[in-house]
Order: sequence, then C-alpha cells, then structure tokens
Amino acid sequence: MSDAKIEVRNVTKVFGKAPQHGVKLLNEGMTKKQILEKTGMTVGVNKASFEVKAGEIFVIMGLSGSGKSTLVRMFNRLIDPTDGQVLIDGQDIVKMKPNELREVRRSKISMVFQRFALFPHRTVLSNTEYGLEVKGADKKKQREKAIESLKLVGLEGYENSYPSELSGGMQQRVGLARALANDPDVLLMDEAFSALDPLIRKDMQNELLELQEKMEKTIIFITHDLDEALRIGDRIALMKDGSIVQVGTPEEILMNPANDYVERFVEDVDLSKVLTAAHVMKRPEVIHSDRGVRVALQIMKDAKISSLYVVDKKQVLVGAITAEDASDALKSGKTIKDIMVHDIQTVTPDTLIADMFEQVATASLPIAVVDEQNRLKGIVVRGAVLAALAGDDIQLNGNEVK
Amino acid sequence: MSIPKIPLGDWVDTFVDLLQDKLEPFFDLITDGIGGFVEFIVWILSSIPPALLIIIFAAITLWVSKWTNALFTAIGLLLIYNLGYWDGTIDTLALVLTSVVISIIIGVPIGIWISQNDTAKNIMTPILDFMQTMPAFVYLIPAILFFGIGMVPGIIASVIFAMPPTIRLTNLGIRQVPEDLIEAANAFGSTTNQKLLKVQLPLATPTIMAGVNQSVMLSLSMVVMAALVGAPGLGADVYRAVTQIKVGVGFEAGLAIVILAIVLDRFSQNIGMKKRK
Repeated sequence: MSDAKIEVRNVTKVFGKAPQHGVKLLNEGMTKKQILEKTGMTVGVNKASFEVKAGEIFVIMGLSGSGKSTLVRMFNRLIDPTDGQVLIDGQDIVKMKPNELREVRRSKISMVFQRFALFPHRTVLSNTEYGLEVKGADKKKQREKAIESLKLVGLEGYENSYPSELSGGMQQRVGLARALANDPDVLLMDEAFSALDPLIRKDMQNELLELQEKMEKTIIFITHDLDEALRIGDRIALMKDGSIVQVGTPEEILMNPANDYVERFVEDVDLSKVLTAAHVMKRPEVIHSDRGVRVALQIMKDAKISSLYVVDKKQVLVGAITAEDASDALKSGKTIKDIMVHDIQTVTPDTLIADMFEQVATASLPIAVVDEQNRLKGIVVRGAVLAALAGDDIQLNGNEVK
Repeated sequence: MSIPKIPLGDWVDTFVDLLQDKLEPFFDLITDGIGGFVEFIVWILSSIPPALLIIIFAAITLWVSKWTNALFTAIGLLLIYNLGYWDGTIDTLALVLTSVVISIIIGVPIGIWISQNDTAKNIMTPILDFMQTMPAFVYLIPAILFFGIGMVPGIIASVIFAMPPTIRLTNLGIRQVPEDLIEAANAFGSTTNQKLLKVQLPLATPTIMAGVNQSVMLSLSMVVMAALVGAPGLGADVYRAVTQIKVGVGFEAGLAIVILAIVLDRFSQNIGMKKRK
C-alpha cells in the first residue's frame, strides 16, 4: 500500500539473556510458552506486521501483558526491537543511529503516557515547551507554539500552574499539548486515557476525535478497553500473547471475529452502540407518487408486505401508504396522494441502533433511512434490529444495501 | 598457625612512601590550595563583627526555614559568643564548610557518573563502604605524611569520611527519578546531557541535598579528630579539655559543637526544600 505512513514488518521483541536465540526459536515455530519453559526468556512481541495509514486512528488493543505497550515503544525505540523493521515514511527506525533517531523523536513522533509523565518541577507552559526546548527552537517561537498548543486542548490560563495543581484530566491535556507542540506527524498514545475516571475519559475521547478532525495526525492508540477501541478506532489491531490476532475496522472485528479468542473478547460488546442503521437496513420497496393505487397493491402483494414508501423521481421520500388504505382507495377511487401518510419516522444511515430503539418499538411502519437530501436509502424493520443485536451476521450481510 | 603473616602493613607503608616521594609537588599544591581557601573563609568570618554575623546567620535561617529555627540560631550563637568560643567556632565552621565544598565538588560528579554507569557503581560501592567503615583515625596518619599538620590534613580526613553520603545520595536521587519521566525525556529526543540537566538533576535535588546535609554532619563529627593533627577550632578545645581532664571546659566546647551542628543541620536540611518551591 502506498498510503501507509507506518509499516511494521515482523517486529519481534524477546526479553532475556540471548534474545537473538529466542527469535531463532520463534522462527522454528516454538510458541511463547515453550520458549519461556525452555530458555526462561519472555517473548514480548511476536512477529507483529501491519500498516498504519496516514491520518487514521489505529488502535492496538489487548489485555495487560499482551505486549501492546512494548509494541508501541518500539515505534520510537524507547524499546529496541530484537528483530524486524519499523518503517515510518519508508525510513527504517530500527536501523537509525542515535542522532538520526533523536531527530525523528524531535520532529516526527510524539508520545502521550498513561500516567501523564509530566515533569513535576516545570510549569504547565514549560512542560509543553519541553520538546521544542530540547530541539533548540527559538525562545519566542517556543512560547508561541506552546501557548497555541495549550489553547488547542483547552488549557488557556493554566500556563503558570504546576502539574500537581491540576486534575488528572487536565494533566493529560498537558501531556497531549506537550506532544502536539512539536507538530509531529505521528502521535503515540499509550493507554493515554486509562488512568482517568470514566466520565472524563469519555470527554477526552470525544475531544481527541474533534482534534483529529482538524489535525489529521496519524495516531497509534493503545488501550485495554474494547469500548474505547471501538469508539475512537478507525482500525483496530487485537493482540494476544505478543501476537497480532486480527486487524480490521471495528465492524469487521465485531461481525467477523478471526478466531475464538476474538469472539470471546467481543461477545460482551453492546452491539447497539457500534452498529448503525446502515448495517441493518434493507432494500426498500417503493412506488412513485404518480403511479396508481392498483400498482401499489400489486407491489405489496408480490413482496408480501403491508406498507409501501412513496418517493418522487429523485428518490426523495414523500410519504407512505398502507395496504389497508390502498384497498379502500381502490373502492372509493382515491389516488396515492390522497391516502398518503406524511408523518414518517426517519433516521440517517449513521444513526446508532441504540438511538433507534424507541422509534423501532413504537413505529407502525418500518423506519425509513434517508440521507441529507431526504432520499430514501433503505428501511429498518424490527426483526433486522433484533437479529443484528443477536450477532446474526448472515442476516446482516444478506441485507446489506449498497 | 604456620602460615606466615601477610605483610599488608609493610605494603601500605611502602605504597605511602612511594606516593610521598613521587607526588610531593602535587600534595604541596593541594595543601596550599586548601589552606588558602580555609584561611580566606576564616578571614572573612572573623572580619565581620560577631553581632552582625549572628544577625546574618539568623536572617539566612529565617529565609530558608521557620522563625523558630532562626531564633534558636540567634540564641545559640550568642551563647557560644558569651562562653568565649567564638574564634574556635569560626575555625570549625571554616573547616566544615571547606570539607563540604570539596565533598560536593568531588562527590556530586562522581554520584552522577555512577548513576549513569552500572559498572562504575559496582566498583564504587565497596570503595564507599570502605571509606565510611574504616575508623576515621586511620586517615589521619597518611594525611599527616602527605599534608603536614594543621587544618589541611584534618580537612582531607573529613572529606574522605564525609563525602560518601553525597556520592551515594546523588546516585540514588538520579536513579529514583520515575521511569516514565525518563521515557518522556527520551521520547522527545533529549540528549543525555539535556535529560540530566533538565529532568534528572532538578528532580534529584532534594535527595542530593539530604546527602549534603549528612556530609555536613559527618564532617562536623570529625572536628575533634582533626584536632589530633593540629587543626584549630572547637575540636582543639575539646581535645585540650580531655588531656587536662577539665570537665567544665569540655562541656562548654562540646555544647558549642552541638549548637553549631543543629544550626548547620537546620540550615542545610531546608535549603533543598526552599529550592523546590
């Protein structure tokens, strides 16, 4: 892929006395457990390979001990990989000499830490300036950049406070501001929100997503929290015992787990907060408003349905008719326009299922899914919602509307 | 036992003779340097009128610490003056200050070095243990040979005895800087020196100051021993009292040392805290 910002190829980390020997054993097909039993060495990361596209939020998720923190530290070589390559913009980080690496750390990659890692003896402003300071940037420019960066994370007015005077959420904002001040392409976030309480965490997630809309950095986000991964990740890599188990979009991971481990991992996920109307809608049966009632009845009879949406020539939704009204109309000679119901429940394709429950429960007609121009894209019936929540992927894929 | 005695003592004698022979100009230089420094401090301290000096000390203590400590400083030093041990106190203060300054100048860089290098640390640790556990008296003998008698050999012996805490706690302070802060410093592309100056040393300062405080106390504990090689000061007064069995004088001079110890302790303990604010 040409748009890959970061390519990770076979990156392996073995901790112990003879790491290279450990790599050899891995290549011979031994497992992490066997190597630990035989040599006492720990395989931190086992041949991880994936690509991260420019401008995406790539989440690496796994339980503690799965090697995710080790993996992310090999991106800026806080930990040196035992084997493999990490290419950022085509440059191999692993082969870099100390001064080249320092240059990359100063200008291309910044990191946000789980426990914030703010310097307690420096003010908020001076913490934010740190990266620019070691880079040797001009004093005035340092200050401007740092202030701008603090403004971005909403910490104006706290420049002269010390980190210990701030709450956890605010401290992590400083951590984020410090990382952004260098204007890096790549942001490594190691469990950046894990130490925050749930409400603050959600706020920070939203703010990160908002910031990302403006900045379009390439973000590698480490987390052990599946909900967090699903919320913010454009793509997710799942790790277990040092290996990447599956890489994919949140939907792919949820709907097509690569193996039992992933399946067990995701089985408790609240699907209604991940799946959207677009996932469960099906192709609508429609009729143009200038057609006759008889045609409408025929369509309903053929499709074995009891209601029909009415659209104009541009597929814009104008109303709906029911079979009952239609057969009455046939007797009394009314047209579709006369019997059409205008009060219709609509949602957009990206509405979460969780936000549709009430409509689904009370609506007498299937719910119409429309785009911004009010064009009918599909309909959602009660059964499809229930099937999707049950994790019935056959049902889902069968009805996917393109 | 039929195994002949290992002539360890002879070897040490030979070694010391050799050093004395070959490095005499070097030792003379050190003697002159340190001697000059001490005399300079004594000259400054004695040229200030005692009353003014007491006010200055109290004011500094008030600045770095609580007013109660400042009050103690004023009363304590006035008592010393009243008892007639002012000159001895100034000599002792000069001896302690000089030892501590030398301890810091040599000890802090060594501490930094062994914090960066595990091999160096493994070599230094037993040497430091040796320096601290060897009876301090023993240092006096070569000190006399190399540096004659008077203030200088006393200072050298004090430095050897008092420097280890500064080295140890400098090392400890730097190593105790939390790992994630080191990672942060590295992740932003700091050089080793930037990391040391901007992160490690500032955060280690309170610990380093605790080491300096201990060095102050240890070198003060050496003043009586320094008197054995002819260093003037309160130690000499105590020593004289012991040889002449004068309990009263011994108590007075001893009390002066205690007062000086408390004053210096409060002062050096709080100076690190002050910096942190």
